[in-house]
Amino acid sequence: RLTTVLARNYWTIRGNWDDRSISAVLNTDKNDFYYELLFWVQNKTARPLSLSGHVGFDSLPHQLVNKSTCQGFCFNILCIGETGIGKSTLMNTLFNTNFENFESSHFEPNVKLSAKTYDLQEGNVRLKLTIVNTVGFGDQMNKQESYQHIVDYIDTQFESYLQEELKIKRSLHNYHDSRIHACLYFISPSGHSLKSLDLVTMKKLDSKVNIIPVIAKADTISKSELHKFKLKIMSELVSNGVQIYQFPTDDETVSSINSTMNGILPFAVVGSTEEVKIGNKMVKARQYPWGVVQVENENHCDFVKLREMLICVNMEDLREQTHSRHYELYRRCKLEEMGFRDTDPESKPVSLQETYESKRQEFQVELQRKEEEMRQSFVQRVKEKEMELKEKERELQTRFEQLKRMHQEEKAKLDEKRRMQEDEINIFSKKKAATELLQGQTFNTNSSNLKKDKDRKK
Amino acid sequence: MSSLLYRLPSPFPCASGCLPQCITNTWKNLREKEYVGFATLPNQVHRKSVKKGFDFTLMVAGESGLGKSTLVNSLFLTDLHKDRKLLNAEERISQTVEITKHTVDIEEKGVKLKLTIVDTPGFGDAVNNTECWRPITDYIDQQFEQYFRDESGLNRKNIQDNRVHCCLYFIPPFGHGLRPVDIEFMKALQDKVNVVPLISKADCLMPSEIKKLKERLREEIDKYGIKIYQFPDCDSDEDEEFKQQDRELKESTPFAVIGSNTVVEARGQRVRGRLYPWGIVEVENQSHCDFVKLRTMLIRTHMHDLKDITCDCHYENYRAQCIQTMTSKMNADKRVESPIPILPLSTPDVETEKLIKMKDEELRRMQQMLQKMQQQMHEQDL
Repeated sequence: RLTTVLARNYWTIRGNWDDRSISAVLNTDKNDFYYELLFWVQNKTARPLSLSGHVGFDSLPHQLVNKSTCQGFCFNILCIGETGIGKSTLMNTLFNTNFENFESSHFEPNVKLSAKTYDLQEGNVRLKLTIVNTVGFGDQMNKQESYQHIVDYIDTQFESYLQEELKIKRSLHNYHDSRIHACLYFISPSGHSLKSLDLVTMKKLDSKVNIIPVIAKADTISKSELHKFKLKIMSELVSNGVQIYQFPTDDETVSSINSTMNGILPFAVVGSTEEVKIGNKMVKARQYPWGVVQVENENHCDFVKLREMLICVNMEDLREQTHSRHYELYRRCKLEEMGFRDTDPESKPVSLQETYESKRQEFQVELQRKEEEMRQSFVQRVKEKEMELKEKERELQTRFEQLKRMHQEEKAKLDEKRRMQEDEINIFSKKKAATELLQGQTFNTNSSNLKKDKDRKK
Repeated sequence: MSSLLYRLPSPFPCASGCLPQCITNTWKNLREKEYVGFATLPNQVHRKSVKKGFDFTLMVAGESGLGKSTLVNSLFLTDLHKDRKLLNAEERISQTVEITKHTVDIEEKGVKLKLTIVDTPGFGDAVNNTECWRPITDYIDQQFEQYFRDESGLNRKNIQDNRVHCCLYFIPPFGHGLRPVDIEFMKALQDKVNVVPLISKADCLMPSEIKKLKERLREEIDKYGIKIYQFPDCDSDEDEEFKQQDRELKESTPFAVIGSNTVVEARGQRVRGRLYPWGIVEVENQSHCDFVKLRTMLIRTHMHDLKDITCDCHYENYRAQCIQTMTSKMNADKRVESPIPILPLSTPDVETEKLIKMKDEELRRMQQMLQKMQQQMHEQDL
């Protein structure tokens, strides 16, 4: 049948299905399928129509621009680089303001990320700029964990956006997007090659954020050395498979300038907020005893190129890439981790809701099981404790009885002694009485003898 | 450009040691009066030392890319590191520190110098740098040990002195001061070698920034108690110019240096320098960097002082320590009884303490019960 043939073509073009599933679909969702097929057929054979007058939908881009301008734009930059390499100065120079950053110390035990948000306005365009700085990067003796804090920060921003997206009641157009749109990686100007820490960190970040490497403090490298240095850096990045951000070349208006700039990466920049008088103008520059390095002189450094590429030409593209590439990758990995799939084991498309429901069931069952386990173990432990306590009680009881017995024995002994004493007292008192009697008798006889003598004498 | 001359005591004001004619004339006059002749001793020393030749070992340490090799080339005006192979970043992730030695013989106006440069590639380059100075301290100790053995040996005629006389430590100018790795390294080496910290690649700092960084570094070196090489105070009978120079030298430590391998044309002269679109940095220009001060200090005036301190101070410390450990080992072997018998302090371990506590508790409980029972008996009796 015609429909079967068309159907087969359609699905193979979509690339998802094989014969079995096609027939399955045809049997079940006939109506839906027919509507989809019709739509596809119409699109494939859409015929171009010519207008006979001015309709007015050419103002659509203007409407879009007006709406965005009213809303305001949002841009987040992450600056990674060693302490003192010039991140804050470059930000001040790029945005022509003083962001009031304080000097950080070299003795941070761990890498920390500090984010500050600023509201800038140029013309009638409002920009909410967030600058995230890495504090203490490259200062520790053991830098193996340095990149982890940065990766965690980026993932946290993605996570909060994902949470907002998955909410039931969500307000994405009001949401303050904190995802990092561009990452400026500051390379130390050693003149030889990348440092090992740079390579390790960039490898971990290239799939999460748009990396734009810049060579910091470039006024210490001469022109010939700079050329060799840039080539070495790019070759090292390529040979280690690090994907830095490439300026887009698909839009004809900017493709030529973008492709030129792609060849000048990484930009060698010099930052300065101090002004020096050159000729009759005040320009941002650094004054040395041997000359003056002008920040905005293209011959001296690539600052102007960086500003143009980062802000003037490709800011919107950076935001888009972050959303459509890096964020989507994060989302897919995260959801796959949680167990969601686009198709179930039988290659049928599974909707998010069904997966969610089944996951929830699983989770509940798991929870109940865990509860049971915990209850069991709790009961077990209570029993054990009871037995222990009973043991102890018994022990105490025996000891108590022992002591009681000892006490009674002592008491018996004391009673014995008392009795013996009483006996002795009795004996003694008897003896006493006897002696007293005797004494009385002798006294009496004495006195009677005396009387007798007296009588005799008379 | 005034250079610090090595001051011999009068009447020998010039460094070459050959007596100016006027002095020899006055001698001849003196000879007739009361003349002994030992005033020529310095001259004799000079002659002998020129004949013997000098040797000096210099160690350079610091992360790669800070310009160590370039500076050494500029200091000694040679190219010591031809065909050097630099490692890629991925090879350096878990690199260990190596020690490489280059020895060259250079000669100037009849004075021969055997210069050994000890390089430490790989220092501070790996991702995990804990104890990365250990190979360096081991190397220094090895040299001390070898000299100690040679010195204590029977045939001491030709001792090779490979001890490290000076260590130049390169501090990167990109930070705000000392970093943890700098402090640990200098503290590990301060008692073994003369440490001279330098601010490398000083052409990325404006004069105000250099001043701030130097002050910061001096503060932090004091704060952490790091013993770096101190210039000896000059004698009080030296003239003012010398004293002034000496003071300037001391006030501008740590030196901010720039090195260069190339010769450029500046102000009509060919000088060693770096060519930038905005100007030319001259290595030997005192207002551009402290390279001249470093060279003067290291080579022209204090080279011998560095050697002396290594011999008298660091080596003697090592030797005393060595002998002490050897004698204490010998004592332990002979089992000499100490005059005061020391009872071993047995720290009661946790288990026995617990048991003791339990028994105490039980005793107390039983005593309480006894008391109660006695009271009961009393009441019964009454």
